[in-house]
Amino acid sequence: MLDLRLKKVSLGYGGQLVLKGIELEAKPGEILGVIGPNGCGKSTLIRGISRIITPSSGRIFIDGQNIDGMSRSNLARMVAVVPQNPLLPESLTAFELVLMGRTPHLGRFSYEGEKDVAIVQRAMEVTQTIAFARRRLKELSGGERQRLVIARALAQEPKVMLLDEPTAYLDINYQVEILDLVSQLCRQQGLIVVATLHDLNLASQYCDQLVMLHGGKIYSRGSPGAVINKQAIKEVYGAEVYVYPHPVNSLPMTFIVPSEDGHRQRSRKLG
Amino acid sequence: MAKENIVRKSAALELSHVSVGKKVLLYHLGWRNRLYAMAGLGLLLVLVIVLTSAIGSTHISLSTVGTMLLARLPFVEIPTAWADSLEIIIFDIRLPRVMLAGLVGAALAVAGATYQGLFRNPLADPYLIGVAQGAALGAVIGFLLPVSWHIASFGLIPLLAFAGALMAVAVVYAVARVGKTLPMTTLILAGVALGAFLASITSYLVITSGEKLHGILTWLLGSFSLARWGEVMVVLPYVLVGTVVIWLYARPLNVMQLDEEQAQQLGINVERVKLILLAAATLITAAAVCFCGTIGFVGIIIPHAVRLIWGPDHRFLLPLSTLAGASFLILADATARTVMAPAEIPIGVITAFLGAPFFLFLLRQKRRAIF
Repeated sequence: MLDLRLKKVSLGYGGQLVLKGIELEAKPGEILGVIGPNGCGKSTLIRGISRIITPSSGRIFIDGQNIDGMSRSNLARMVAVVPQNPLLPESLTAFELVLMGRTPHLGRFSYEGEKDVAIVQRAMEVTQTIAFARRRLKELSGGERQRLVIARALAQEPKVMLLDEPTAYLDINYQVEILDLVSQLCRQQGLIVVATLHDLNLASQYCDQLVMLHGGKIYSRGSPGAVINKQAIKEVYGAEVYVYPHPVNSLPMTFIVPSEDGHRQRSRKLG
Repeated sequence: MAKENIVRKSAALELSHVSVGKKVLLYHLGWRNRLYAMAGLGLLLVLVIVLTSAIGSTHISLSTVGTMLLARLPFVEIPTAWADSLEIIIFDIRLPRVMLAGLVGAALAVAGATYQGLFRNPLADPYLIGVAQGAALGAVIGFLLPVSWHIASFGLIPLLAFAGALMAVAVVYAVARVGKTLPMTTLILAGVALGAFLASITSYLVITSGEKLHGILTWLLGSFSLARWGEVMVVLPYVLVGTVVIWLYARPLNVMQLDEEQAQQLGINVERVKLILLAAATLITAAAVCFCGTIGFVGIIIPHAVRLIWGPDHRFLLPLSTLAGASFLILADATARTVMAPAEIPIGVITAFLGAPFFLFLLRQKRRAIF
């Protein structure tokens, strides 16, 4: 069975380890959410699985294959990444950007053929970006660009899709739109999806499994209901919150309360 | 899982028959224009070669030049109807000069386009990482060595210029490299710093050079006046191989316009591509400057002009820049040797004087962000 497996993976930069001995498993058709405070190594994990950085120890398997021995293009046919805040040349058209997703499938001397264009068109239809295929990126909104980057990832025909904060910098309507799209793609196409999220409520609503990182290690894992609770958030994030079930689907929702001082100052200012 | 893949692919293929046709057509339409442009610029280059071969102190008609050139082609039999002296002027004097100018122009333009793409910086030119300063220092040392002028100008100076260019880039590369990776910003900074250092030595040597000053200045500003077939044959293999290698990496270069991390995630071996492209671009730049000095402006203006007209896709930008660069420098050199004949104007003066207004005109015409 297709899966993504991390075995005792340690990742870091220049000898300084950010993640130590991470054990993970992700299944097709399920969204695995990675949560934890800033700097806990969420993005590092994504960069490790896409082999931007190589683990200092441990191994990463996709479909039973160690990714360490794969060529870049082989890996890119397996793993697609939707990076956080990617640099996109403004003069590209939407279509050209998504077409770049075909790169790992093309040899040096071959040009994109009808099959590639068809796959790109399909990816753009699924992400509802086909309507502005010929527009330039500078004319498009943040949400439209994010959907294009997802379309580009789909055009890679990957088995694993990694999303690094797919909803950062987006308004609430786009957040819902993007995550609805991701979970629909995940289930329909049997993708393995790993997404880092800083918004605990979005993580709770959209992820099948959650992993909470703390101090370079996995603090807890399981269903949103098992991972997100008052005690864990106090310990991992150092924040006082209240956790109540969502009124519609009973998934855990996190609520903040401003501290007494801040609250008083604010009300004085208002008064 | 395999079954699922097949299902997914067949769905995509089915779609291609239903609704993709028009989109494919539109996409390839953009290509067709640019293929015409390539053919057009190729034709222009041939015309420019014939035209500039006809220009000079001895008047030779265009049709004579054309026939002479045709007669040299294999399988073409044309009876000779011109004086041998004319043939010597065309084939031994003018044509090698035209060819060298074309090669150098092509090399500088394609190297400039490559550097701009690699560094994602519109101000990058072929001399950004120390090639020019290294070559200049090598050449000036060649001028000052106590050897006969003959040896110096036909063997030693180009050799030292070539070596200086490559050594400068090698030092910049060694300084900028971090482990297995090569951060582009560090590379530029190291290039600028080393370039300034080498230029200071060159300036000192130039000031204290005494009666050799004129020769040195002429080299530094660029000139094709010494071009013979020998020089053409030395430069040709570097430019040919380097340019073809660069053309082959057009698609990776396109993807690297995103950023290095995305390019890697799309399957590009970024570090290897950077290394190959830097090596190819540096080699052809070094070969281009070693005989005729550091000619400015071609490497920056030609790629931008091409980008303005035909867009930023490197699969077209690189070959179109090569062709346009060749034509441009041949024309500039023809101007340099005819305007004040028998005296020659340094070619660098012409490239900037002709190129800059044209470029400003293009910028004004398009009025959109080009990079």
